[in-house]
Order: sequence, then structure tokens, then C-alpha cells
Amino acid sequence: MATRPLSAGFQSLVDRRAGFLRRLHLDTPLLGGLLLLCAFGLAVLFSAGDRDLAVVERQLLRLALAFGLMFVLAQVSPDHLRRWSFPLYVLGVLMLLAVLLFGDVGKGAQRWLDLGVVRFQPSELLKLAVPMTVAWVLAARPLPPGLLRVLAVAALILVPVVLIAKQPDLGTAILVAGAGLTVLFIGGLGWRVIAMTAATAGGLAPLLWHHMRDYQRQRVLTFLDPASDPLGSGYHIIQSQIAIGSGGLHGKGWLNGTQSHLEFLPERHTDFIFAVIGEEFGLFGILVLLALYLFIIYRGLVIAVNAPDTYGRLLAGGLSLVFFIYVFVNTGMVTGLLPVVGVPLPLISYGGTSMVTLMAGFGMLMAIQTHRK
Amino acid sequence: MARDSWPVDSRLADRQREQRLVATRAIIAGVLVFAALAMVAVRLARLQVHDHEHFSVLSRDNRVKVQPVPPARGLIYDAKGVVLADNHPSFSLEITIEKVVDLDATIAALAAIIRVDDKDRERFARMKRQRVRFQGVPLRLNLTPEEVARFSLDSYRFPGVEVHAELLRTYPHGELTAHVLGYVGRINEQEMERIDTSDYAGTNFIGKGGVEKAHESLLHGHVGYQQVEVNARGRVLRTLEGKPPVPGRDLHLFLDIEVQRAATRALGDRRGAVVAVDPRTGGVLALVSQPSFDPNPFVEGIAQKDYHALLYSPDKPLYNRAVRGQYPPGSTVKPFVGLAGLVTEVTNARKATYCPGYYRLPGQSHRYRCWRRGGHGSVTLEPALVQSCDVYFYDLAHAIGIERLKPFLGAFGFGARTGIDVAGEMSGLVPSKEWKEQVRKQIWYPGETLIVGIGQGAFLATPLQLAVATASLASRGHFFQPRVARSAKLPGASAAEDLPVVSHQIDVADPHRWDQIIHAMTQVVEGARGTAKGIRSQDYRIAGKTGTAQVFTLGQNQSYNAARIDERMRDHALFIAFAPVDDPRIAVAVIVENGGHGGSTAAPVARLVMDAYLGGSSPMTDSGSVDGD
Repeated sequence: MATRPLSAGFQSLVDRRAGFLRRLHLDTPLLGGLLLLCAFGLAVLFSAGDRDLAVVERQLLRLALAFGLMFVLAQVSPDHLRRWSFPLYVLGVLMLLAVLLFGDVGKGAQRWLDLGVVRFQPSELLKLAVPMTVAWVLAARPLPPGLLRVLAVAALILVPVVLIAKQPDLGTAILVAGAGLTVLFIGGLGWRVIAMTAATAGGLAPLLWHHMRDYQRQRVLTFLDPASDPLGSGYHIIQSQIAIGSGGLHGKGWLNGTQSHLEFLPERHTDFIFAVIGEEFGLFGILVLLALYLFIIYRGLVIAVNAPDTYGRLLAGGLSLVFFIYVFVNTGMVTGLLPVVGVPLPLISYGGTSMVTLMAGFGMLMAIQTHRK
Repeated sequence: MARDSWPVDSRLADRQREQRLVATRAIIAGVLVFAALAMVAVRLARLQVHDHEHFSVLSRDNRVKVQPVPPARGLIYDAKGVVLADNHPSFSLEITIEKVVDLDATIAALAAIIRVDDKDRERFARMKRQRVRFQGVPLRLNLTPEEVARFSLDSYRFPGVEVHAELLRTYPHGELTAHVLGYVGRINEQEMERIDTSDYAGTNFIGKGGVEKAHESLLHGHVGYQQVEVNARGRVLRTLEGKPPVPGRDLHLFLDIEVQRAATRALGDRRGAVVAVDPRTGGVLALVSQPSFDPNPFVEGIAQKDYHALLYSPDKPLYNRAVRGQYPPGSTVKPFVGLAGLVTEVTNARKATYCPGYYRLPGQSHRYRCWRRGGHGSVTLEPALVQSCDVYFYDLAHAIGIERLKPFLGAFGFGARTGIDVAGEMSGLVPSKEWKEQVRKQIWYPGETLIVGIGQGAFLATPLQLAVATASLASRGHFFQPRVARSAKLPGASAAEDLPVVSHQIDVADPHRWDQIIHAMTQVVEGARGTAKGIRSQDYRIAGKTGTAQVFTLGQNQSYNAARIDERMRDHALFIAFAPVDDPRIAVAVIVENGGHGGSTAAPVARLVMDAYLGGSSPMTDSGSVDGD
């Protein structure tokens, strides 16, 4: 019986902590999952970056910034978000046009807008503005949406996606399209429309092929037969599969991945970091990581179902599923399930822009969960 | 009241239905997410459990790295098989800056075992600024075998420093071929953006001008690769397997180095250009721009001082006058304007124009002067061409009108790039109303059509365009896009593949019209009063036309006095010709900058070029007696 007050005290401490976080508009399970994920990511990065502490420090700085933004956005009531949806979308599209007209060309693609002080990728803004706008349009009338509204939403998605694909940035275009389409799906898009669209898309595939850039075609061809281009993107796929496969069940151990450290694996601290995890932590380690991702997505969907209004439900669902698309496209690419597309492993790959956007999205999720009337 | 509460209930029902809908969809999405991640997990299990042994072996023995094997660049031969661009093996010492901790210390230590002089350091510093990340920058070129051996012994002390064996391009004929062939040099950042970087993995050089640039894709070939086994520190232990590179194709040119040499000698140290074309094929037999430069230092990276000396020389040796130089074609355009007059039926062989020494547009007082102040009297087309009467062509151009003249000249290649396989070509300019309105924002005056008719004013043509137009005249309208390369041959292949030909037929309705123009041009050289009679040959008959391009414009009542004018302000001398008249095998265009009259300076150059190609040797008469434009 003596243990009872102790456990009760512990319980109340947890409750109080939860209450404290709740007052800060933070969602405890989500925050916990994200922190675990980022800690794991930093450890992997230390290894993938050849034990360069400077790389880890820079990533830590970005993470701090991203969590800060998440915290700020968590304080914003979803009502405000809803009101800002469309203006933000218009702003984003205008900036995309500006990028196409006056943007900086980096590595053969126009993605950056130089605002004097900072260089900014407007396509990142659209990753949030598109699901927000689609949710705003769908929530304005009862669900499920009629054909006219579906078409309007499709147009709203297509405009920025085409502009981003023109930059050309296929990875981001896929993510922005995914962000809009998942909201549409959650919003009750009819199964018949889904089937018809899928069929049409299959029919249009040759047309799409015709409009692809040479390097994009090359990637598809390489995906079908990695050995055809062993020096280009095929090399990435071959080497990442060797890295993952040689990791086995238990992995070679942290900092012991030979593939990664002998420079066989290109882009090992950015898009291909998943292969380093596979090599060093093995199947067990990688399943833990996938479970962590699954938990975060699950929590996001729970927030969506429990949200007080339709706008919140749709936005929360969309944001959670975009996060999933990141995970699936990246892991699918590194394991050879999907063609090579420049999508980072969320919150683990080295690099700033996508991380900040993702954490902003989690801030919105937390706002939807914690702002209740 | 009941009617009021009904919609509220309905809205509530709606909201519940909506909530259920979203919840259902979220669950479906969750299941899909789980399924997709399970697919990834299954894939991982396959890689990490099922195929683990396989990949383990690969990874353990792998220490196998894929290395690119660059293809050997294709050689370039002239029409008779003389090598114009060759490769020779060379060893260079390269430093990958990103892999070196203390660069200055490394260079100092290297200098202790191999010779590194100031020129090397200067070049290294320059190339370091332009380098592509993680690509070696050469510190020393052309290492001797002893130096290679000495470095190899100590190589463990120098991580990031490697001896690099490569084929260096050489141009045995140096200055003679610099403008037509261009040269290769190290790939810079801008070129990096344009090329397929995986195909150029291991290739350090790329064509920077001329044929080398225009035929880059043929000459380069395709990269191969080899799998090499490396030790834990990344040093290569042995080569396993690979795919050999596809070597670049050897190019066989139309260009004849002997004709090229004759043209260069004939120009001597005067500034100018010569282009010779075979009217039967469009093949370029010679393409000379003087002065020239030695392309060989550019391959290895020319020293800053030497480069500046070339760049800032007033004679502009780096400037390819043959394809980039744009000059008023002067009277050399008159055969084409004459033909235009016949085709538009504005004139015919018998119609005469009276030349009092000047021409006045109706209702205007401005006098457009003929080069002969006293006038030519009454002239028909042939004497007007032979004596180059300006007034006849003012009148003709005025009657044809610019809207008809410009497209006619365009069919002969004036005013547009010819599409020759020498990089950097300029388009020249045939002015028109639209051009003047768009570019100069001014209206077109009738007088400007007159000036176009005698090839002056805004009218500009490159020596190449003049040669191509002359060749089209010689072949009676069979226009060929000019090309330097005839065929490409894969080393080891039995036969060469001919490169594509682009041609069209210029229609003049009545073939007799060609005869009239060609007959008149023949009289320019063969006739007693021809402006180029000094170059008459006993071996074959020549048709030609002299010309003068004004460098500056005279006032209404000034006269041109060569002796009083600064040498650089003197007129440019021009000459176009083809031979033999009955079976044309060569068409030539010559420009001698500030050379004065076409007949006395430019025409003898053309004759020497034709002699070299057709095998003539008869002496030229004194050219000083030539009179006129």
C-alpha cells in the first residue's frame, strides 16, 4: 500500500507535465516521437558525416530553429490558420512565378528567390499553403465535395505543381501534389473519381514521358536497370543496396559502415542517409526507425480524427500524410523500390529547408490538437 | 418552430456524417501507410536477410570502386590524311584541394622532390579558382619518367596528390589551323553545367572553338568504366572488370592543309581572311584568318602574360575574321544584285542605264556617286558588272526594292549564319525596313536601298558567307551548307560515315540567267577592261568580282586619297572568285583589311589559293595596272 501514493504521485507528475505542455500548446506523444527521431538522426549524421562535429552542430542549429518555429505555430489558433490559407497560397504562387522569372540558378535548376538578406525556396511555402488551401475550400461546404469543387481543388493543386516541376524540381513537385491530394482523399473524394483519375494517369504516362527532361528519363531508365548507368544514378542505387544488404540483421555497428566511410556511397549524409542506417544498424535498427515514423504518422492521424472542426481534420490528415510521403519516397528510392527522386529522409537527412517546413507542419498539428473552445 | 429546428438537426446530422467520413478515410489512409511501410520493411528484409550473404561478399571484396575510363579523343585529318590534331601521352601531377589539409605545406614538400617553378604556381593558382569541386588541379604538367618514379616512392606522404596519365592534344600545324580547328582546354564551371557530367567523368578537356567545339560530341566519344579493388585507404590494388570506353570518332576534313598553307602565305603578315569552298560539295578547302596564334599552349593552360599579349594585341590574333569578321561586302555583292535584277525582270541583258558619275533619286538633290567621277556613260548589265559601275546598281536596287532584294540575297546565305561546323560564327546583316524600325527605331529611306545595292552601309557579310554565296553562284544555284568535316570514323571501323549534307536549289526560273552573270564575272578577270585582269591564268579560266569596303564615309565633296589616310582607316580590299569557269571546283573569298583596292591586293591572294588547289603555276601579270573598284 505504501507504493500507492508513490505511483499516484508519479501519475500526477506526468499529468502535471502533460498539463504544462498542454498549456504551451504542445502535444506530448508527438513531441516525444519527434525528439527521439531527431536524436537518432543526429547520431547517424555524426557517422555519415565522417565524425565531423561541425556538421552535427550545424544540423543542431537548424533543428533548434525548426523546433522554435514549431513552437510558435503551435500557439496560433486554427481559426487564424484557416483565414490565412488562401492569401498564403496566392503569395506562394506569386513567388514561384518570381523564381521562374528572376530566380537564382543553382545546379541547373531555378529554385531560389534572393530576398536580399536570405535566399528562400518558395516551393517550401507551398508544401504548407497547398494543403491549407485545399482544406479551406473543402471545409467551406458539407463533405463529400461535388465534382465541381473537386475540379477547382485540382486546379489549385496543379498550378504550383506545374510551376515547381518547371524549375525543375520533381521531388518537391511530388510532395506538393501529394500534400493537396491527401487532403482531398481525407475529405472524401469519391472512389469512382479516384479510379478514373488513376486510369487516366496510366493512359497519360507516355505523354508525361515525352515531357520529361533527359535526366529525369535517365533516372526512370536507371531505376528499371541500374546496371545501365553504373557511373551516374545507377551507381547510387547499386552502392546503397550493397550498403543496406551488407548490414544484415544487426548491422556493422555505429561508425563502422565500410560502404559509407570508404566513400563508395554518394550523398550519404543527405538523400542516401537511410543506407547508412541500414548498414550500421541492420534490419533491427531500421525497423525501429520505421516504427518511430509510423508512430508519428499514427499520432497525426489520431489528431485529425479528434479535431474539433472539418478544416482542422482535413489539414491535420494532409500534414500527417505528407510526412508519410517523404518517408516512403525516400526509403523506397534508397532500397530500389522507386526511382531516384530528390526527397530527403525527413528530420534525419542533412539540410535545412525541408526540415523547417516539416516542423512548421507539426506545429500546426499541435495547434489543431490543443486549441479547443 | 418545427420548420426552424429541422435544418439545425440536418446540419448536426451533416456534421456527424462528415466526421464519420473523415474518420473512415483517416483509417483507410492509416492502413495504406502501414501497408506501404510494410512493403519497405519486406524489401529491407530481402536485402538484409535473404540477400545478406551476397551483399556481404560484395561489400567485403568491394572495396570495389567504379572508376571512369575516359575515351581517347578522335584525331583530325585533312583531306589527304595529314594529321591536324593529335594526342600524345603525358603525366601530370594533380592535387585534389578538398582532400589536402595544408595546401601550402604540401606544395612546398612536393617542390622538394620535383621541379615546380613560378609559372606552374601561377597556373595552379589560376586553375584552383576555376576548379570543379573534388576534381584534381594540375600542379605540374609533362612530368619526366624520373619525376614520376620519385613521386611514386613518396606518394604515401601526399594524400590527395596523384600522378595522372592522360592524352594531351597537340596541333602539329600550330598557327596554320588555330582558327579553323579551335583547340581543347580544361572544362570550366559553365561548361560543366551544359555537359552530361557522367559521360565526362574522367575527361578533363573539351573543345573550346572551331571544329573542336562544333564536333565535340563526335570527337569526345563515351566514357567507359572499370571496377577497381582498393585498400582501406582507397588506393587501387587491381582492376577487375569494366566496360571499355567508346573512343571519339576521327574526323576527316574537306580542308586541304596545302591550300590552307598557300592561303596563309598569300596573305602574309597582312590582316585578313581567306575562305575556299568546293562548290560541288560545300566542303571548306581552306579557312584562314590572319594573324593567327599557336593553339598548343592553350591546351595546358596558357600563362596569363602570354594570354594578355594575344588578347590586347591591336591586330587581334584571337579573332577569327573568317567566320566572325563582318564587313560591308562592297562591289562583290553586285553579281548577286544583278542576278536579282534578272530574276525579278526589272532588267535584262540589253537594258541600258546612263551613268553620268552620280545618281539622283527622283525629287532629291543628294548625289549618290559612282566610283568613277566622270561616269561610265550608257552601260548594260555586263559592262556594269565588269567595270563595277555603281550608278547602274543604284538604279537596279531602287527598281528591285529592298523587300525583294533581301530575301533573294538570303537564299545565297547573306544575313544568316551558314551553319558551318566551326563554332562562333556571326550572322552578318542584310538591312531591311523591319530591321531598321526594330533595331534603330527609324524609318527606312529609299536611299538606303541604293547603298545595299553596292554592298555598303549597314550591309555586313562574313568572308565565309561571301565564299558560300560565290560557290552557289559557281554551281548555278546548288546551295550547300558549308562544312569543314567530311566524314567521321570510329577507330578500328572499316569505313567512315559521311556527315549529313544540307543543301537547297536556288531557283532563277531561266538557267540562262546564270550564264549571263558568270560570263560577266569571267570578263572581270579575262576581259581587257576587267578590274582583276592582273590575275589571269594560262592554266584555267577564272570568274571573279573585286570589291572595296569603306571603313569610313566620305563627305559629299571629298575625294578618297589613300596616301593621306591613316593606314587603319583605309578601305578593305575584297575579292570573290571561282574556277575553272566551265567546271567550278573551287570558290574563294578574300578580304585584306585596309588593303585598298580588291583587284590589286585581294585578287592575287585568291589566285595563289586556286593555284594551290588546281595545280596552276603560270605567272601573274603586273597587278599595278588594275583600275577601279
